[in-house]
Amino acid sequence: MDLDASLSGETLVVRLYGELDLRVSDNLRPRLDKELDRQRVKHLLFNLRGVDFIDSSGIGFILGRYKKVKAQGGTVALAGPNRSVHRILDLSGMYKVMSGFANESEALKALEGGKQG
Amino acid sequence: MKHKNTVKLEFPSIPDNVALARVVVGTMLANMDFTLTDVDDVKVAVSEAVSNAVLHGYQNRSNGLVYLTITAEPQGLEIIVEDYGRGIQDVEKAMEPAFSTLPERMGMGFVFMKSFMDKLEVDSQVGRGTRVRMFKASLQAMRAVQ
Repeated sequence: MDLDASLSGETLVVRLYGELDLRVSDNLRPRLDKELDRQRVKHLLFNLRGVDFIDSSGIGFILGRYKKVKAQGGTVALAGPNRSVHRILDLSGMYKVMSGFANESEALKALEGGKQG
Repeated sequence: MKHKNTVKLEFPSIPDNVALARVVVGTMLANMDFTLTDVDDVKVAVSEAVSNAVLHGYQNRSNGLVYLTITAEPQGLEIIVEDYGRGIQDVEKAMEPAFSTLPERMGMGFVFMKSFMDKLEVDSQVGRGTRVRMFKASLQAMRAVQ
């Protein structure tokens, strides 16, 4: 599992890979929080295309970052989950507080208000 | 499947072993009569039970031991996760959605175990430990009921 983060406009795009469980969440949390503090980030976009498993630890990890970004006036979006990851996100009620998109470019367009090409 | 198959694992309470438990359960499920969604569900449930043992049972101490017993039989798959950690004071309360003693845990663990498995029993004693028993009925068993 790894994390690949890059800034696009005001959005930090985070691509996650592998299995988002207890070990991975514990490992990613400080790294992503450092990125969020370091860069001038308004919105956060999780590209989940490379994630093949998620449980409540992964959900907690995403929700924790959501609280942080929201407190600073930004929004969080989720893009590209596979069928089983999508199902867990849905059952956890994640789509009630953040938007889901089929892919990264659609999500970026929505977050950046169409400014991004 | 022709024969009943029981696998017992004992491992230290470290987060790395959550994935190990999923792999073992996933391998056993692969030879059984389950849908892909069932397989996903059981993997999440075992992940939650082992994560709880590590995080809550042993409070992230790595020197505890987690015992996982998986039994595959034609009727379905039984999973038992045991720890000798601190135990749960109020099991009913712990099973409520959104109840968690830790930040960022969301209290989803037992909710997932309950909704993804056909049976869930939790025995716990404060200071003694916790035993979670879960069962998922196979397609064959479901057909027999109908």
